Amino acid sequence: MAGWSSMARPRDDLGLGRALGERMLPLVVAAMAFLAALALAGSVGAAALSKRWQEGAASVLTVQVPKATAPAVDTPAVPRLERVLAILRGTPGIASARPLEEAELTELLRPWLGSGAGRLALPLPAVIEVHLSGAGPDLAGLGTRLEAAAPGSTPESHGVWVRRLSALARSLEACAWVALGLVAAIAAAVIAAATLAGLAVRRDAIEIVHGLGATDGTIAARFAARATRQTAAGAGLGALAALPVLLFLADLAAPFAPAGQALPPGMDPGLAWLAALPIALWLGLPALPAAAALIGYATTQMTVRRWLRQLP
Amino acid sequence: MIRLEGVGLHYVQGTSPGPEVLRDLTTVIPEGGFRWLLGPSGAGKSSLLRLLHLAVLPTRGRLSLLDVGVGDATRHDLALLRRRIGMVFQDFRLLPHLAAFDNVALPLRLAGRPEGQIRADVTEMLRWVGLGGKLEARPAQLSGGEQQRVAIARAVVGRPHVLLADEPTGNLDEVQAERLMMLLKEMNRLGTTVIIATHNDALVARHPGQSLRLEHGRLVEHG
Ligand SMILES: Nc1ncnc2c1ncn2[C@@H]1O[C@H](COP(=O)(O)OP(=O)(O)OP(=O)(O)O)[C@@H](O)[C@H]1O
Ligand SMILES: [Mg+2]
Repeated sequence: MAGWSSMARPRDDLGLGRALGERMLPLVVAAMAFLAALALAGSVGAAALSKRWQEGAASVLTVQVPKATAPAVDTPAVPRLERVLAILRGTPGIASARPLEEAELTELLRPWLGSGAGRLALPLPAVIEVHLSGAGPDLAGLGTRLEAAAPGSTPESHGVWVRRLSALARSLEACAWVALGLVAAIAAAVIAAATLAGLAVRRDAIEIVHGLGATDGTIAARFAARATRQTAAGAGLGALAALPVLLFLADLAAPFAPAGQALPPGMDPGLAWLAALPIALWLGLPALPAAAALIGYATTQMTVRRWLRQLP
Repeated sequence: MIRLEGVGLHYVQGTSPGPEVLRDLTTVIPEGGFRWLLGPSGAGKSSLLRLLHLAVLPTRGRLSLLDVGVGDATRHDLALLRRRIGMVFQDFRLLPHLAAFDNVALPLRLAGRPEGQIRADVTEMLRWVGLGGKLEARPAQLSGGEQQRVAIARAVVGRPHVLLADEPTGNLDEVQAERLMMLLKEMNRLGTTVIIATHNDALVARHPGQSLRLEHGRLVEHG
């Protein structure tokens, strides 16, 4: 069967190269690949933001303790800072609690107080940095107990906002994936329609070749090989066209999610533009022609085989 | 061997079945046999050849070709069976975008023959039917008789077990028709089962042989 075309370039027995209308297919696929590249960038970007926000802040809590050296209200034998630390460390959902050093505190306050903050004789509250584990503690209960030990010391969670932001980012990511799926489905529909049109135009030729003993597999392979080449080329074109747009968008997004990745040491700085896009995109863009080719191949195979069932 | 048992055929027109164009055909054609297929226009000769070429399947009865029961065969089996059956169509059915050479080469390429052998066989075959100088001509550049000879070359080039011909001399002059009969009889002598549908009574008279006669879709004479 494979020997139907035993020469290097497959023979065009079915006249597949002649139908002008079907030359539109690569262009349509290119447009869809362009859209897919944007959706892919959207999903990668949203995922990166969501991850950054979650890792950065969702797991951190700060607790300010005013009058840290005064005796604790519920156990006057220990200072408030010690007491609060003990409560925090004994609470499930808290991985660690660490009072910030003087220097760190100064660094933290510098935007407000200037570099001389350390030398101010202000009664600075002690600040405890708390790292959470798992779902984190029950904040309301924790707040009540801290209030009882050291009035005014409340846990301050960044988590609520971060959770809202990352829910937003996750929704955006999901939307991008839905868009990608839709693009793939539409591409399959377009390819199937183009294939059916091509089959109808070549009905006579197919009947003749079928009558000479061509199997369904042979005929489907002819159509599928051509569709695979066309969709791969079209999607390659579309992905290439999307590249400048993505680099431009990455440039715009840089202030919000700085340094997608650091350049590996010793790398030619002339290749720095490679670092402008996340690795996921550098992998995803070349995958577009491959995915398009796969969709083109599978859709055409199914369409042709199904159509051939009308012949005995 | 070709065996028909109560075979009937009706074409489907839209969704409703059309009238039966072949009815209750029962006959056996042994391997290496020869049959004229005779009958008035519209009797069903082309339909019977189409059935034997598996371009349509019986809607009634049992048909077995080269000892393969057509009713039980898979699509793939049917395709392989078609490769062993050569057919010359009444309307030639050449691929218009291919040169004469490539039209004749088609069955060999489908069968996966090596390209070198294909070149030799096809060139010799086309030379034999008098088209050695027109290997690269497209069907549209050939006369009706020349197209018919290309169709004949395509049908016999793969040395089929069964050769079906529908009015193969319709567009040929006396000399060409006689040459064709010599070829078909030679193939028959070498073991190919040959069935020829024709209106050409003079041809049948010159080459007497067993015949199947159809009238209104029924076999009125066989053996
Ligand atoms: N594809 C088709 N669909 C419906 N009816 C058909 C079809 N092909 C043929 N018929 C009908 O079947 C009958 C037999 O036709 P067929 O072509 O087999 O006759 P024939 O004996 O070959 O005639 P001729 O000698 O004129 O070639 C005719 O009545 C014809 O109208
Ligand atoms: Mg006829």
